[in-house]
Amino acid sequence: MENTNEMTIIFDSRPVNEGLARIAVASFCTQLNPTLEEVADLKTAVSEAVTNCIIHGYEGKVHKIKVECRLNGQELTVDITDEGIGIPDVEKAMEPLFTTKPETDRSGMGFTFMEAFMDEVSVESKVGCGTTVHMKKIIRR
Amino acid sequence: MEPIFETEGTCLRILLPGEVDHPVSDKIRRESDRIMGKLYIKTIVFDFSRTTFMDSSGIGLIMGRYRALGMRGDCIRAIHVSSHIDKLLHLSGVHKFMEIRTDAEIIGE
Repeated sequence: MENTNEMTIIFDSRPVNEGLARIAVASFCTQLNPTLEEVADLKTAVSEAVTNCIIHGYEGKVHKIKVECRLNGQELTVDITDEGIGIPDVEKAMEPLFTTKPETDRSGMGFTFMEAFMDEVSVESKVGCGTTVHMKKIIRR
Repeated sequence: MEPIFETEGTCLRILLPGEVDHPVSDKIRRESDRIMGKLYIKTIVFDFSRTTFMDSSGIGLIMGRYRALGMRGDCIRAIHVSSHIDKLLHLSGVHKFMEIRTDAEIIGE
C-alpha cells in the first residue's frame, strides 16, 4: 500500500515562527525514519525559505506564510508560499552570495543551501503577488 | 538558551546557543557590535559546542564580523564544529578565511 500523508500550516511572518516551521516539517518527516543528517539538512532548507518570506517577501511586515508538506513513499515535498512583493529575477536571486540586503549581514546563501540540502528546488514568483518555493527530498532509507 | 559573550584581551569568544537562525543571529550581531564599539577586539572565536542547528543567517553573521574586523587573516575562528555546521561553513566558502576546529579550545594567544 502506498504511504501518503499531508500537512498544511499557516502562520504569521514573525521571526519567532521560523523555529516552529522547521520543527513542524522535521516532525512530519520522522515517519520516513530519516537520519539525523537528513533532518538537519531539511530544517536548514525550511528555515532558509521561511526566512526569505519574512525578510524579503514581506519585508518585515506581518502577513501569512503557508507551508504545505506531502509524503509519497520515501519522497517528501515541501511548498512554502508568501503573498509578498515577489522576486523580479529569480535566476539572479538564486545565485550564491546574491543579496538585496547586505547591510543587515544577509549572506546571500539561502537558495544555495536549499539546493544543496534538497533533491529538487524550484521557485515560482510574480512581482506584487508573491512567491512559492517548491522543494523535494528523498529520504534514502 | 542564550548566547554568552566573553572577552579576554583583544579576543571575543561567543558561545553560540543551540539554534543559530535569523532572530538569534540578529541579536548576536547587535551585542557583538556593542562590545566591539567599547573594546578593541582583534579576534572573534565562535564556539559551536552547544549548537545543533544553523542556517545561512549564521553564515551572514560570520561574514559580517569578518568585515567588521577589517577582513584580516586569522581574525575569525570556529571551535567545537559538528559535521552539519562544518558542511555549512564549507558550502558557503567562509572556511577560506577562518580557522575551523572540531574540538580544541583556542581562546586567546
